[in-house]
Amino acid sequence: MTEPTGPRIGADEWVARQEERLKDSGLSRFGERLGKRITPPMRFGLLVVGLAIFGIATSDQYYQRVGFNTLYYAALALGLNVVVGWAGLLDLGYVAFFGLGAYAYAFLDSPQYGLHWPTLATMALACLGCAVVGVLVSLPSRRLFGDYLAIITLFFGQIFYNLVGNLNATNGPNGLTNLDPLGFFGLHINTVRQYYYVALVVFVGVVVVLWLVNQSRTGRAWRSMREDSMAAQLLGMPVNWLKLLAFAFGAGVAGLTGTVFAALEVNIFPSNFYLDVLITLYAIVILGGAGSMAGVMLGAFTIIVGLELLSTPDNARLLFYGGIALGLVLWLRPLRWIPIVVGGTIALGFVVNAIATAVWASGTKPTSFGGQSQTMSSWVVELTDPTKAGAYGYAILIGAVLGMTLLKGWMRKVALIPVLYLAAFVWENELVLNPSVTALIILGALLVALMIVRPAGLLGKARVEIV
Amino acid sequence: MINWDQFVQLTVNGLTDGAIYALIALGFSIVYGILKLLNFAQGDVFMIGSFIGFFVLTGFGGPDAPVMPIPVLILLMFVFAMIGAGLLGVVIERFAYRPLRNAPRIAPLISALGVSFFLQNSALLLFGPEIRSYDTFELGSGEYAFPSSGIQWGPLNLSILRMLTIGLAIILCVLLTLLVAKTQIGKAMRATAVDREAATMMGIDTDRVIAFAFFVGSAISGAAGVMFGLLLDNISNTIGFENGLKAFTAAVIGGIGSIPGAMLGGLLVGLAEAYSAGYLPGGVTFQDVWVFSLLVLVLLIRPTGLLGKTDIRKV
Repeated sequence: MTEPTGPRIGADEWVARQEERLKDSGLSRFGERLGKRITPPMRFGLLVVGLAIFGIATSDQYYQRVGFNTLYYAALALGLNVVVGWAGLLDLGYVAFFGLGAYAYAFLDSPQYGLHWPTLATMALACLGCAVVGVLVSLPSRRLFGDYLAIITLFFGQIFYNLVGNLNATNGPNGLTNLDPLGFFGLHINTVRQYYYVALVVFVGVVVVLWLVNQSRTGRAWRSMREDSMAAQLLGMPVNWLKLLAFAFGAGVAGLTGTVFAALEVNIFPSNFYLDVLITLYAIVILGGAGSMAGVMLGAFTIIVGLELLSTPDNARLLFYGGIALGLVLWLRPLRWIPIVVGGTIALGFVVNAIATAVWASGTKPTSFGGQSQTMSSWVVELTDPTKAGAYGYAILIGAVLGMTLLKGWMRKVALIPVLYLAAFVWENELVLNPSVTALIILGALLVALMIVRPAGLLGKARVEIV
Repeated sequence: MINWDQFVQLTVNGLTDGAIYALIALGFSIVYGILKLLNFAQGDVFMIGSFIGFFVLTGFGGPDAPVMPIPVLILLMFVFAMIGAGLLGVVIERFAYRPLRNAPRIAPLISALGVSFFLQNSALLLFGPEIRSYDTFELGSGEYAFPSSGIQWGPLNLSILRMLTIGLAIILCVLLTLLVAKTQIGKAMRATAVDREAATMMGIDTDRVIAFAFFVGSAISGAAGVMFGLLLDNISNTIGFENGLKAFTAAVIGGIGSIPGAMLGGLLVGLAEAYSAGYLPGGVTFQDVWVFSLLVLVLLIRPTGLLGKTDIRKV
């Protein structure tokens, strides 16, 4: 039997061409071709097998810890994805549910109140309790559209942080300490590797449940509500309940993940549940592609491993220059501009560095101190006291990058040369010295840039706005 | 028995703090009225404004050795902070929001969140985590003295800075109302708010109108930043988020998008904070909780805020 070509009867041409329009959305093209042979559950199975092998293969606790972080962030981001990606609501208090789960575990399984509940009971309670709180929080704004929800949830997150930071019951900023390790049926979870596997189980559980929900009519109703909540309501979908349900699912996942996080951390503090976690989660969801589960997993991997790399200067340098190189290869067109820009930047660097060291020898670091970074140090100007110049350079860099986006054609490409060199200067003299702040700045900038350049993220489908 | 002295003093303090929230909320409302965009970065513009004020203050000799009369210095602080913050607002609009004019509604919100976080941490990088102090009480000493005492009227102690804050808030609110109601650009703003496409077809340069709204809104936030520094002394990179949140709340309580509503909401939030600090258990520590309760209460009773109009949603 041959497939009919052209529009089918009863579907207009615009609808019939839907697939065709969405085809050209970056990496998903590759995924689509692969998906013809391997179904999504099989792909996920392969991923889980790979993750399980990773746990056995690595004996380094550091890698196990990074693996754990990636898994729990992935689970958290999947929960956020229910609210933001599927239901299209903005939940800015999401971290509070994560914190509620963690504090629930801290109350019920620590010497603080002498309670030592079985882990599974605590997990179930945290999950359901957070879901209920999620419903309560979204209740005042259920009749209203997203903006009120955003403010209510943002404030809720702040209140949570405020309360746990000040109440006596939570020990204020000193946090709760000496939490019990997780235990299942008499088996105690002690090593990081074991926690890695617990996180893996939680992650798999979250993925399976959310995948099933997404396939159900509730999942379809969420997506139709996201596209047009009024039309969904007219078609008989209980929009208010759907919103509350999305919140409940997101909060439940966050609460569950919170218990595992708290148990591994042993000591939890209010600062574990603040804005930086929220922004990281949003960056994960948006980078991966809101609405796509595979995308969110990829986003979690990219962001968490990226942040981990940023925390040590050598890796951070690798990430920075690697990122620039990758960006140039991906976006600089036509390709013959790449050698021009790269060559120009390198030449400019040597010239500027030579002049700077000659003119102002006392303020700059000597060009050769041996080792690997010798070439680096004869290329980019390194100041002995980078505080002031680094800060000015940073401000100028922001202006230069913004200004560059206004230029068109070859002028933009030429302007790229000094901007890149300036970026390297600021990186070496300012950003690399404050890795934690730099990570947060990059996350913030990433959110803005992604929304403008590629709102669909890596694996999300480009959405067609219907007017 | 109510202690009236305490009540009056709490009221005054609440109104002055509320005036600052009200000013941020004004900037927030004027942007929301036109673009229907929650500009999360407004609070951080406010923070940058207060830093600009601080650097002008220290640049001209600092509070203990100013090189010019104090009123002139304060005026300069306001002027620089307003212009700087206003320009920052225009830049944010141009680069973070304008490309998203026709994107789904959630896109500019996430972008705004990113801008807010970017600004907050850039300030951390540039200015460091330490708390800077305006040292306002020093203004009374030195060569160019500044009357720090103000009015002592019965039990009420109304310092000149508090009077300045309330007065300036009222003046700015009135000016803004006049700007929107009487001037040509105000008319263009209202037209853009009602229907952007139709306004464009009538020959209004809506991009320019929106940029202007951002300039005005951010400049007011910048002024609020200087007031905050003068009144409460200590500024740091996190004041933007905390006060911005209160201002959003104020705008929602008063009716989002309404100028008198923002003013009313700001004063109410300030009063709620002051009274809860004075009378309710937990005091200062948990004032956020009480403000949040007020917000939830208002939304439950009047979902559109106190002075907000019921929005007819067009399909």
